[in-house]
Amino acid sequence: MLKLDEIQKRLLLEVADLHKVPEGAYNIRSNSQSAGRQSTANIEIVSKTDVSGLEIRIRPGTKNESVHIPVVMTQSGLMELVYNDFFIGEGADVVIVAGCGIDNCGAQDSEHDGIHRFYVGKNARVKYVEKHYGSGDGSGKRILNPGTEVYQEEGSSVEMEMVQIKGVDDTVRTTTAELAAGARLVVRERLMTHGEQRAVSTYVVSLNGAGASADVVSRSVARDRSYQKFDAKIVGNAPCHGHTECDSIIMDQGRILAVPGLEANDLDAALVHEAAIGKIAGEQIVKLMTLGLTEQEAEEQIINGFLR
Amino acid sequence: MLELKNLSFQVRADAQDKEIIRGVDLTVPDGRLVVITGPNGGGKSTLARLIAGIERPTAGRIFWNGEDITDKSVTERAKLGIGFAFQQPVRFKGIRVLDLLRIASGKPLSAAEACDRLSAVGLCARDYIDREVNASLSGGELKRIEIATVLARRPALAVFDEPEAGIDLWSFQNLIEVFQEMRSESREGSILIISHQERILDIADEIVVVKDGAVDRRGARDEVFPALVGTASAVRGCRKSGAGKGAEELC
Repeated sequence: MLKLDEIQKRLLLEVADLHKVPEGAYNIRSNSQSAGRQSTANIEIVSKTDVSGLEIRIRPGTKNESVHIPVVMTQSGLMELVYNDFFIGEGADVVIVAGCGIDNCGAQDSEHDGIHRFYVGKNARVKYVEKHYGSGDGSGKRILNPGTEVYQEEGSSVEMEMVQIKGVDDTVRTTTAELAAGARLVVRERLMTHGEQRAVSTYVVSLNGAGASADVVSRSVARDRSYQKFDAKIVGNAPCHGHTECDSIIMDQGRILAVPGLEANDLDAALVHEAAIGKIAGEQIVKLMTLGLTEQEAEEQIINGFLR
Repeated sequence: MLELKNLSFQVRADAQDKEIIRGVDLTVPDGRLVVITGPNGGGKSTLARLIAGIERPTAGRIFWNGEDITDKSVTERAKLGIGFAFQQPVRFKGIRVLDLLRIASGKPLSAAEACDRLSAVGLCARDYIDREVNASLSGGELKRIEIATVLARRPALAVFDEPEAGIDLWSFQNLIEVFQEMRSESREGSILIISHQERILDIADEIVVVKDGAVDRRGARDEVFPALVGTASAVRGCRKSGAGKGAEELC
């Protein structure tokens, strides 16, 4: 495969835990080019012809297979808009690992806007992992604007893990989901911003069928002078269960706006939201200091645990 | 050996200075189990927090093995071998019991070693090491984990602030055994317990009665204990909490 330099390899490790070419289906996109691709008997990856991006087709009944589609960018000044569509066949059970790593050493901004659409067939199960990472000490910004659309058919289950811990200067994340009867969506978002970073995350989850359920949980830390906005709305259009939670730690001059929203359009829609923002509790730091950690080490342990 | 010399602690409340600790002189010799008792609000817990460095005295000095540690931080005192178990254990989102025991040990700790630490406080280890130290644990479970973190440090001086508060009867009996085991394991290590539980006073080498921020009385257990029986300084047994099924006997 693939000729990747050390920076690209490091980015791949950060966003997809990849040390080498992954097993199963994959497409690795590097500086707007495909640097390697493999389809399997059950999972087909083809390039779109009208716009930049991929179509990933997973056959019904495919079990225990994975798809990796990481993106790495190391050229300063690149801007790209990519559409990736996933068609997950009925009864399939797969893991999809996406993610984007940007290393920007230059003066120009680098931006990757990825629109992911998931069409999840009846009773299919998907675990989706998306990690974002930025590095490089150039003055150019590292910008990521992921858009995610999820369409779940009856009885399907989607679990999404969204992680952005370091180095991304500006993010606007928009996620929408529409769930049919008995479908289930679980979102776990973990976010840390520092410096002057800005991150906005917006969810609109519509529970359209009886017995649909959603659990959207964000844990985040805003340090230095960074800013975050978490705007999660669950709409219950049928007898359903929805829960959204935003739990945040602020440090230094960090700022967070949490806007949990619920809309019930059915008498039997049961919707709950929770939001909490605060600094690290002093007694947590003191407890860890009595175990021999310095104040700074204690803070690190508390944040690492919180964002685990 | 721990020595408190003329230790005082004042706070400012309602525009007035209030003296919580007033000129306390106290020595905890090596290898001794000392219990500080006395009425509620008398300053016992404050004294424990002053020793751990969580509060700083407004006057007086604290010596540890001859070294003046009055100006040392909580971290420095921990590294010198002073352990402290909180009356109200702290909860952490995301930090697991195993993580906390590893931090406490100050070294990589295998899951098996962590299990040993938990078994020592009567917790079935496998069920607990991967649990988060958060609100999903009961008060009694948190308390036992708190004590396990202190034991994991093998401190030269272990300070327990009301270790019996909020734990069930079974745990309480177990707790007494934990203290006895600590004593038999280390001849030099000393234990300082803040408690007014009769059964904890009963295993003390020495009892100190603190009242109104000062030492009211002190001496060997046999000298001090008989006079305390039946007072607020030596509470017997446990009270029942809750009703019907699931009711806990709290100490």
